[in-house]
Amino acid sequence: MIREFGFDDVLFLLLAARWTILLTLAAMAIGGAVALVVAILRIVPFRPANWLAIGYINLVQGTPILGQLFIFFFGFSVFGWNVGAWTAAVTTFSIYASAYLAEIWRGGLQSVPKTQWESSAALGLNYLQRLRYVIIPQAVRINIPPTVGFLVQLVKNTSLASVIGFVELSRAGQMLNNATFAPMAVYLTVAAIYFVICFSLSRASQRLEGRIHVAR
Amino acid sequence: MNYSFRFSSLLAYRDEIIEGLLLTLQLSAATILIGLVIGVVIAALRTGGPGPLRSIATVYVETIRNTPLLVQLFIIFFGLPSLGLRFTANEAALIGLSINLGAYSAEIIRAGIESVRKSQIEAGHALGLNGYQVFRHVVLFQALKAIYPALTSQFILLMLMTSIVSTIGANELFHQASFIDSRTFRSFEVYTAITLIYLGLTLLFRGVFAAIYWCVFVRRPAR
Amino acid sequence: MSLVELDGVHKRFGNLEVLSDVNLSVEEGEIVAIIGRSGSGKSTMLRCINGLEPVQQGRITVDGTEVTTAKADLNDLRQRVGMVFQSYNLFPHLSVERNVTLALKVVRKTPLAEARDIARETIAKVGLADKLNAYPDELSGGQQQRVAIARSLAMGPKVMLFDEITSALDPELVGEVLRVLEALAADGMTMLLVTHEMKFAKTVGNRVVFMHHGRVHEAGDARETLEQPRTPELTSFLNAVLH
Ligand SMILES: Nc1ncnc2c1ncn2[C@@H]1O[C@H](COP(=O)(O)OP(=O)(O)O)[C@@H](O)[C@H]1O
Ligand SMILES: [Mg+2]
Repeated sequence: MIREFGFDDVLFLLLAARWTILLTLAAMAIGGAVALVVAILRIVPFRPANWLAIGYINLVQGTPILGQLFIFFFGFSVFGWNVGAWTAAVTTFSIYASAYLAEIWRGGLQSVPKTQWESSAALGLNYLQRLRYVIIPQAVRINIPPTVGFLVQLVKNTSLASVIGFVELSRAGQMLNNATFAPMAVYLTVAAIYFVICFSLSRASQRLEGRIHVAR
Repeated sequence: MNYSFRFSSLLAYRDEIIEGLLLTLQLSAATILIGLVIGVVIAALRTGGPGPLRSIATVYVETIRNTPLLVQLFIIFFGLPSLGLRFTANEAALIGLSINLGAYSAEIIRAGIESVRKSQIEAGHALGLNGYQVFRHVVLFQALKAIYPALTSQFILLMLMTSIVSTIGANELFHQASFIDSRTFRSFEVYTAITLIYLGLTLLFRGVFAAIYWCVFVRRPAR
Repeated sequence: MSLVELDGVHKRFGNLEVLSDVNLSVEEGEIVAIIGRSGSGKSTMLRCINGLEPVQQGRITVDGTEVTTAKADLNDLRQRVGMVFQSYNLFPHLSVERNVTLALKVVRKTPLAEARDIARETIAKVGLADKLNAYPDELSGGQQQRVAIARSLAMGPKVMLFDEITSALDPELVGEVLRVLEALAADGMTMLLVTHEMKFAKTVGNRVVFMHHGRVHEAGDARETLEQPRTPELTSFLNAVLH
């Protein structure tokens, strides 16, 4: 049942791109929350916490996403939970995002001058209050452009979820290719959709970068 | 949990694992060489090339950096044959990875060139060095030193990304994992073990890159 | 008991002894000017007093609280010890008013309305009532430093520590900051101030402490000590700063 690649197929791909975006957003939300904790553990003046955070970041950044994806995909069932590709993918990409964001955000936290820590300490703020009211608000501004830049990596890497059968943009492309045997048209369309998403994010990141340097 | 882990069943496949490991290393090394050459050329075009070439270089970098490697590989391996260009899986893998790394390293190299150019070139000229001498003695060494960390991180990322070429059937390490998986049905153990082997490779690469850095930039005084 | 007491204090950074056997006591209402060459340990001494730096030996007590024990509640102590730095260190992401209310709200849990009243009052005291909603980067150095003083003052400290607070300022802005200090002195605030303004030290200070190689090398009544130094080191230091 071979048919031509047509407008309906483009629509099909665009709809599948929703899942690429949803997976990205879920990973960003969960990964972001974890990243905040890891980034703080990375900088607190308590060595074992620093080591824990460094170990976590290195473990995630030192292994391929594909491997992590399969470990969670099969690992959950080893422990008796039969979860689908979506759960495995969200877990993997949340962990992936948490390690990279933690490293990015740590840089932002550490770029706030030491004198800000000192002057807030001199006012009687405890460690967490200094972080919460003085350091993090200043780091957020610095961190926004690289965080948006990281989103590009995340969007692109969610394509790997196709390997465990999660139907997002890339997987939808493979399915279409099997039906139409028009690989060039299908994959160029898929690439174009990724490009629109990622290029917009890249540009946004660059523009924010420029603005950060002029604004307060 | 009534699952019993059996990592030992993997031992029967150590030949396959070693074979995959070697191909991963070869693929990584070849990609780094080719990708670096592409990166230097593209960076040169983007910083000082003639208008049209500069635009082409920019389009190349932006296109590659804003689309997934997986889709790039699909286009090369499944798409190009419809235009009469046929590659084996391993060839397609090398082409795809090199094109990909070329775009990323071009950006890193360009940033390096620009960071040095602003501050140092005038100082070099002021000392009476000519254009080539300034490039050779002032720009090159400092730019290399400045970009070395970012570039080598990118190489490690590349090494990890070689696993993705398993999706088109290139028989590197990760492909061997799915082969062993299909024989043993020990999926969890197989992928855990293979993933840890990649961790080992990451540490190995870091060690080698740190050693090179030490030999080139630390021990030898900057000229 | 004195308000601030340092008793045989030794402070080292690695092998470098920065304070050696420093003894000093400051009574309530006293104004102590601390002078000495760069690197003689003046800043370090102030930073030890509010616990920003730990000491290796000796005791420091402030307002009855021992700073130099492991279980000292430094955050509580620091509410009673104001500190102003050479580089202002205002919070750049907060307006002038919120710079001043932050510690009141967060540390002291003062209700917002009350915190704002206190802020407005102290900001008016340093002459910046019209800058409540400005951000630090919209202010001159002198204005920023006055906000920094107000920020500490709002917590109602028992003692204020000033570390060369006019050194980073353009000469024409020094006066406005010194006038704020004079007003504080007139209110009876206890102050330890590291300064290179010898005239100011002489007229406003009660006492002068001359630091040399991490020790209190000479100390005494401000006017007397500055006019008739007893040690050759202070004499040569004064000659150097007064030309
Ligand atoms: N954090 C630090 N680590 C190491 N040495 C320091 C540190 N802070 C100050 N020092 C050293 O302690 C000495 C005294 O410094 P400081 O108290 O700042 O002197 P002053 O304020 O009188 O100029 C100097 O030699 C300085 O280099
Ligand atoms: Mg000092």
